[in-house]
Amino acid sequence: MRYARPNTPGSKVQYRSRYDNYIGGQFVRPRQERYFENVSPVTGRPFCEVARSTADDVERALDAAHGAKAAWGRTSAAERANVLLKIADVMEANLELLAVSETWDNGKPIRETLAADLPLAIDHFRYFAGCLRAEDSGMAELDASTVSYHVKEPLGVVGQIIPWNFPLLMATWKLAPALAAGNCVVLKPAEQTPVTILLLAELIGHLLPPGVLNVVNGFGVEAGKPLASSPRVAKVAFTGETTTGRLIMQYASENIIPVTLELGGKSPNLFFADVLARDDEFRDKALEGFTMFALNQGEVCTCPSRALIDRKIYGTFLELAVARAATVQPGDPLDTETKLGAQASNDQLEKILSYFDIGKKEGARVLLGGQRVRLGGDLADGYYVEPTIFEGNNKMRTFQEEIFGPVVSVTSFDSFDDAIAIANDTLYGLGAGVWTRDVHTAYRAARAIQAGRVWTNCYHLYPAHAAFGGYKQSGIGRETHKMMLDHYQQTKNILVSYDPKPMGFF
Amino acid sequence: MALDRIDATAPARAHIRSLIARHGPLMFHLSGGCCDGSAPMCFARGELRLGARDVLLGTIEDCPFYVGADQWERWQHTTLTLDLVEGRGASFSLEAPDGVRFLIRSDVCAVPSAAGDRG
Repeated sequence: MRYARPNTPGSKVQYRSRYDNYIGGQFVRPRQERYFENVSPVTGRPFCEVARSTADDVERALDAAHGAKAAWGRTSAAERANVLLKIADVMEANLELLAVSETWDNGKPIRETLAADLPLAIDHFRYFAGCLRAEDSGMAELDASTVSYHVKEPLGVVGQIIPWNFPLLMATWKLAPALAAGNCVVLKPAEQTPVTILLLAELIGHLLPPGVLNVVNGFGVEAGKPLASSPRVAKVAFTGETTTGRLIMQYASENIIPVTLELGGKSPNLFFADVLARDDEFRDKALEGFTMFALNQGEVCTCPSRALIDRKIYGTFLELAVARAATVQPGDPLDTETKLGAQASNDQLEKILSYFDIGKKEGARVLLGGQRVRLGGDLADGYYVEPTIFEGNNKMRTFQEEIFGPVVSVTSFDSFDDAIAIANDTLYGLGAGVWTRDVHTAYRAARAIQAGRVWTNCYHLYPAHAAFGGYKQSGIGRETHKMMLDHYQQTKNILVSYDPKPMGFF
Repeated sequence: MALDRIDATAPARAHIRSLIARHGPLMFHLSGGCCDGSAPMCFARGELRLGARDVLLGTIEDCPFYVGADQWERWQHTTLTLDLVEGRGASFSLEAPDGVRFLIRSDVCAVPSAAGDRG
């Protein structure tokens, strides 16, 4: 089945020609009245204009958020949990609309937005509604008449900068715990993918008091920087790359506020020899696990972009793996049969092509793909590339840098220790995969790999109830899991003496 | 001291001069990691506080170009050329609002260590 193009008859999505910022519960024109064109990577053509905001607009959003924070912070957990549940219900009722829009704005196949991005985002709101109701602060009797109470309080107003690879899901990862914890949010979407979050704001706006959720669009230097450097935010959460991560820490140090940073990885996917011990479902699953590098066109911070294969099965496994990956070819992202969509932007496409170039120059062998794809019809100017497999060694740049394309670099290992040494020979430590039928190998490997998430006999699962975040240069802090409530709360200790007698010190 | 390992194409140089005219002196820092990682970031000079371990790769149009030492260790067998492409990226880089993005192109200048060479 093929979904109709947005803005054509019969489509779930009819965009307005222009989108303003969402501030204080309404759409507000940017102060400087400037807009930028929003391009769909599916066709390479613009389809709407979006507010090009500046520091003034960020201030206006912060005003709205600060105006709302006292009342929102005082709402009961039950009240906030109910709001989150209603947001989830509205998203579910509009799942196809949001999925089509996300595909159009980002380029990812509708198969993924329908089956992953939206269901995961919806579940995330429900998960935090549940966590919130079950949250309990600690108290302790320190002695017969002294009691310590721990009370959780919201941080106040937080700034969140969202990446373009999973625009709605990454916004949800940040929004759901922040709102659950009683914070007001000023959110800056990525400039490549600014629109679906505004459709969501339109749909759920009536569920939240004005000012609790504010969305300011624009360029990083003009809108992101004023938000990240504002003394009026109590925390900044950012997903992106390391230099901007450093800048955000630098601004945060000036204001002495916390940050959470998710800065990517170069995730190893380890295949031990026993995966081929039998020709069964598990072997099939492992080959699927290899092919996960193509999920979301490889534009995933945890893309399993380094496949490390036991030398004992290297040739056989690779033959099967190349054949499997070859079945994943780019096509119309709005066709439910398409497994590989468009890269999110032209500059991203160019970056991937530059890695095809350096990969070949470094002597990596191209086992599959390695070219841009020109599709027909209105997709001709879209940003499509072939799934690509490089064979080389871990010192090559295609093994060391996050390409953010459907590209995997493959090498072999000789022993368990060799596998772990190669896996850990990276600046990053976000995700990893381990594939084996031996539980002892699986556990040893999972513990030995320096990464925040080690998928063991699975890959690319993102349940709300599992912590996600990086070791090493992959960032600071975690996302998902109920521990995120702590990331968005202060701990207030009230230390009470029930003893009427003086201490006798003075 | 600069390593003289970065050059730039004519379109990149022209755009740097245009940015300098609007924003004053500039600096570059090569990013790593996800999303717009491995891309050069262009800031007003002094915007990013340099650390003791940032490496100066060279200057382009009098703008210093830096990279973190850990990252350079993994890039040092290549020479870099700063280019300019259409697009806008998602970063605090100054050129993005102009609808263009700086991009790194690379050439090999030494063979990577043979240790771990397999396949």
